[in-house]
Parts: sequence; C-alpha cells; structure tokens
Amino acid sequence: MIAIVDYRAGNLTSVLRAVRHLGHPAEITDDPARIRAAERVIFPGVGAAGETMANLTRLGLDLCLRDEVFRAGKPMLGICIGVQIIFERSQENDARCMGLLPGEVRRFPAGPLKVPQIGWNAVRPVRPHPLFAGVPDGAEFYFVNSYYPVPRDTERVVAHTDYGVRFASVVAQGNLVATQFHLEKSGRVGLKMLDNFCRWDGRMPC
Amino acid sequence: MLTKRIIPCLDVRAGKVTKGVKFKGNVDIGDPVEFARLYYEEGCDELVFYDITASNERRDIMIEVVRAVAEAVFIPFSVGGGLRTLEDMRRVLLAGAEKVSVDSGAVRNPAIISEGARAFGSQCIVLSMQAQRVAPSARIPSGWEIFIDGARTPTGLDAVEWARRGEGLGAGELCVNSIDQDGARSGYDLPLTRTISEAVAIPVIASGGGGSAQHIYDVCTQGKADAAIVASIIHRRDTTIPELKRDLAARGLPVRMNW
Repeated sequence: MIAIVDYRAGNLTSVLRAVRHLGHPAEITDDPARIRAAERVIFPGVGAAGETMANLTRLGLDLCLRDEVFRAGKPMLGICIGVQIIFERSQENDARCMGLLPGEVRRFPAGPLKVPQIGWNAVRPVRPHPLFAGVPDGAEFYFVNSYYPVPRDTERVVAHTDYGVRFASVVAQGNLVATQFHLEKSGRVGLKMLDNFCRWDGRMPC
Repeated sequence: MLTKRIIPCLDVRAGKVTKGVKFKGNVDIGDPVEFARLYYEEGCDELVFYDITASNERRDIMIEVVRAVAEAVFIPFSVGGGLRTLEDMRRVLLAGAEKVSVDSGAVRNPAIISEGARAFGSQCIVLSMQAQRVAPSARIPSGWEIFIDGARTPTGLDAVEWARRGEGLGAGELCVNSIDQDGARSGYDLPLTRTISEAVAIPVIASGGGGSAQHIYDVCTQGKADAAIVASIIHRRDTTIPELKRDLAARGLPVRMNW
C-alpha cells in the first residue's frame, strides 16, 4: 500500500487517481499508523509553506515523516510543496520547515518572468536516479510555483530547470526523492516517473 | 525554458461537446471524454471546458463529465461556465479539475475571486474575460470594454483595469477573449493581449481568433501571451495539435514536444 499523506494541502485526489491508474494500491490518509504501515509514502500538494508546516505539526505528521518514514528508509516522494518543506526553512511566510535536507526555499526574483511559473518546463537530470528510468532527457513537466528549493549540498540535486534562475527541480537523498513539478499532471512522462517511484525499493544503485 | 501552452477549449452542453453554427444554434459534435482523451494523446498542454448548459440539472451532468475526464487524462484542465459560489468551485475541483474559470460571475461579484484564491490557492483561479473594442473614453481609457453573459451585456469596465483588479484579488491566470476576433479565425487580438499581458505579472492565455500556427506564433511573441486557446480549427480537424506544435517548433517557439 502506498500512503498519500493528507496534510490539508490542495487536491490529493489527482495523485491518488494517477497512482491507481498505474495499478498500484494507494490510499489518502492522515493517520500516522497507516503511514507507518505503508510500503512507501507520497506527500503531494499545493499550498503555502507556513500553513503546510502548521498542519503537519498539528496532525503529528512532521515527526512521523521524519522518524518513521525518512529515517526508517521507506521510499518517500515529495511533490510541489512536498519538495519545499523538506528543507530547513522557506522564504514563504519565513517558515521553519522539516529540515530533512540542509538548504532553503527562495522566491523567484520579480520581473521580467511571470511569477508564479505556470506551465511545462524542461527537466534536465544532472546525475542518475531510478526515478528517471525511461524518461527522455529534457522532457517537460508541469510546474506551478513561486518558490524553488536551494539545497546546500549540490550532490542532492538530481535535475535542474531554468526559469530566470537555474534551480533544483528534483532533489534526493537516500530513500527520499522530491520534485518541484506535478508528475501526476505531466502526461505520459509524469506517469512514467510516478510508476518508477511506485516500484522503487528506496535504494540507490551502486 | 517555460514552453508556450496550446489549450483546446471545449464547449459542453448537457454533457456533450457542442459548437455554434450560424443561424442554427448549437449542434452536438461528440463526447467530452473522447475529445479530452484524443487531445491528451495528441499532446495538448492543458484543456478547458466551458459548461454552456442552460438548464437546472447542468451542475450534476457537468460534475460527471469532470470526474470522467479526470480519470482519462493526466494533464491540468480547467472548468468554467456558470460558477458563482465557492461551493460551485469546490465541487468542480473535488471532481478532479485543476482550475476553475470565472467570468460573468466575477464581474457581478468580484469577491468570488479572492474567496476562491483564499480557499483553494491562486493557482486554481483563472479569471476569464470577454473584451470588445470601443471608442476610448474617460471610463474606458484602454479602448477595450468587458462584456458579460455570452458577450451580450456591456459592463462599463475597462479591460485593462479589470485585469489588474483581478490580479490584485488573487487570480492566478487571466484568459483574455477577444469578442471582435472570436470565431473569425483571422488571428488573435494582438494589441489587446499584449496590453493586458504587460499590465499584469501573472500568465495570460489568449483566446478568440486562432486559425493557424502563424496566429499562435504571433500572439505568443508580439502578443506576449503565455498560452493560446484553440477550438474550431482542431475540432474540425483542419489541423491537429501535433501539426501545430511541429510548425511552432520549426518557427523557434518553445513548445512541449515530448508527450
């Protein structure tokens, strides 16, 4: 079973639909016991960092995700706001985040590009990761974001994307991988990547 | 680099895709889910559905359409037409739409934009507007006036002012439809699209008049649009989305070619 973590962040059903379409059993849950029992965990969603962190804390999910998913080595996929809250802090609402990875989240500079970025942008892998198996280099994925992650360790960057600045659109550490784009809304290449996650054992090939 | 989006628009009446025919009203041309699946397979970047059903049972039929589309395509799509309340928006979003589009309802009650943005996030709220060229005046300094109710009723609102206000209220995107160009297939209204795109910092979707790849190219370059709506040219199969995209890519416009 794949647990899709419900922390009151936007439309989770689109992720559920996509995972089930691929033939993997999944459920939306905010119950730490269900998350603990799941084989893998997805934390998707849209929203503001401050509110998202407040919800996670209130529901007791921040410690569950850190201690019983991330540190327990369970395959873990963050999407959109899910890639932002894994860092130490975000400029959005000046929020303190989960701190699973060193680094922060910054706002796109104002002008000449529109903020938020809305639409399909190219994702270019800079190091191999099981998530990219069968995904063409430079394929476009669907983004909706005003903020972007800045990992302190460049080895955590799996792929980057250009939008005024060159930013990390996929980051990973061990069993944790997270994408700034919505793979559940990115057509066939997005589904391929989601399927890769749903089959991944959480280990990096040596 | 962010690509320019090609967005097919489907008018839906009582659960069927429909199109206007001169002097004959509307004729049904097919099943929205089949259209959605075809355009998804052909590489469209997003889809728009406008519910033009006039009857009371409209909501339930449209919600079923949204649910079925969400099972069939894995790209964003928005739904508009007759959305007046937060509850209307919520139902459409929960059924699987990525965005809702408000138009006449937002002119009558602009608070729906801010309430929607607060409840669901700005990225969910598209402000759609119908603009027509009029003589510039103190009230309409830009020379484009907003019309509502299927472009029948003038509002006295200046299109550029309304675009800025919509952005300020929390709309995440604007869809700018030119009444003058609508259905003419002679090209989008470049000055209108450009003027509004330069007046706001959020993405602008051009609508009305798209008849060829050249038109899309023009509105995404000179018109500074971030996306373009296409309708009759692809519904009639005068051309297809892959053909349009290959043509646009050959002209150097960034478009998504991996699908």
